[in-house]
Amino acid sequence: MQIFQYILLAFLVICAVSVSFSKRLLNSILIFMSYSLIMSIIWILLESPDLAITEAAVGAGVTSVLFFATLKKIHAIREEDEENHE
Amino acid sequence: MSRLLSEEEYGRRPIGAFKQWVNGIRDPYLNNVEIREKIQPQESEEVLRKRQEEAVAVIRQVHDVANNSQYTLFRKFYKAAALVCCLTLTILLLITVAYLPPVGNAGNPAHNEVAAKYIEDGMQDTGAVNIVTGMILDYRAFDTFGESNVLFIATCTVLILMRNDKKKGKGSAEEEEKRDSFYEPKNDKILQTVAMVLVPFIILFGIYVILNGHLSPGGGFSGGAVIGAGLILYLNAFGFEKTERFFTAKTYKWISFSALSFYCIAKSYSFYTGAHHLESGIPLGTPGNILSSGLILPLNICVGLVVACTMYAFFALFRKGGF
Repeated sequence: MQIFQYILLAFLVICAVSVSFSKRLLNSILIFMSYSLIMSIIWILLESPDLAITEAAVGAGVTSVLFFATLKKIHAIREEDEENHE
Repeated sequence: MSRLLSEEEYGRRPIGAFKQWVNGIRDPYLNNVEIREKIQPQESEEVLRKRQEEAVAVIRQVHDVANNSQYTLFRKFYKAAALVCCLTLTILLLITVAYLPPVGNAGNPAHNEVAAKYIEDGMQDTGAVNIVTGMILDYRAFDTFGESNVLFIATCTVLILMRNDKKKGKGSAEEEEKRDSFYEPKNDKILQTVAMVLVPFIILFGIYVILNGHLSPGGGFSGGAVIGAGLILYLNAFGFEKTERFFTAKTYKWISFSALSFYCIAKSYSFYTGAHHLESGIPLGTPGNILSSGLILPLNICVGLVVACTMYAFFALFRKGGF
């Protein structure tokens, strides 16, 4: 169990660093989503399931969806797709 | 042009006159129409040279960043100022951290009698098996009230920023939404089937988390967020026409208003009687039953309603500028 926690914590740090180093905004949001998911597992291991439910619903769910909606509003998603086609 | 009649004859007929009038050759009442030739604007040599010089100067002074000495100076100053600001802030924060009490020290100000009191008497005082909910909605209920109000204010702010008031025509909410989701697949079979199966379970789980908040992990905020996420999934699968049958701006207004005001009145009463050592008349029940722990269950429902509506309202405002 201890090793599992260390793996999760290392993954958390990697996610947190790569969010800011990712060039594409869409990838940043996906990494942020996985960060929230790992964080909710860590909350369960720290014996606070109240926070785990909230983190999974708000951090991994609603916040990411709002980020996607914002990216769509500022036309960041479609432009990247066009770059891919060219 | 008719083949049987000559050109002159044809021009006298109404149809010919009409055609000439359309082509701008001859007006039926004013006879031949004189079309003036367009006069080219004449500019003197000096004015022309001045204008060219202005264009060159604009390019040199504004757009040519590399050779603009003022701009380069500003860039250098900007970088230096940013560095100085960051370093000052870092040093200040590090000095503050050095003054903090060590982690895990038994004499820290956080380790006082409050935590022990909550853990020992929590179930007796509040009647909630889940101590966290007992703390959030009983001992610290006014903090939670502030949080719910913060959510409501956040929705108001998003409403101010994103509201689209136009009812019809260009730039209206419906048109914007259509333009926004133009590249998205409409009536996606996979998404709709998945949503049909998942949404009832998500919303049921949210309701369970809210109603069981005083017995098991969870509570108003988590359950409300789960219900809000389920509503957003439903909205994405089936569109605004389906959700607007049961959720509009009016519904949101009434749910938020009644939930927040019920919370405020109920908790004010509870705090008033508690502070004056009066009998509040709210039965605590046996801990462990679903109908127990006094005000915590209705307050959980209030918080859950506010949070679920806020999550849905955020998404609807981001997508459409109204709901």
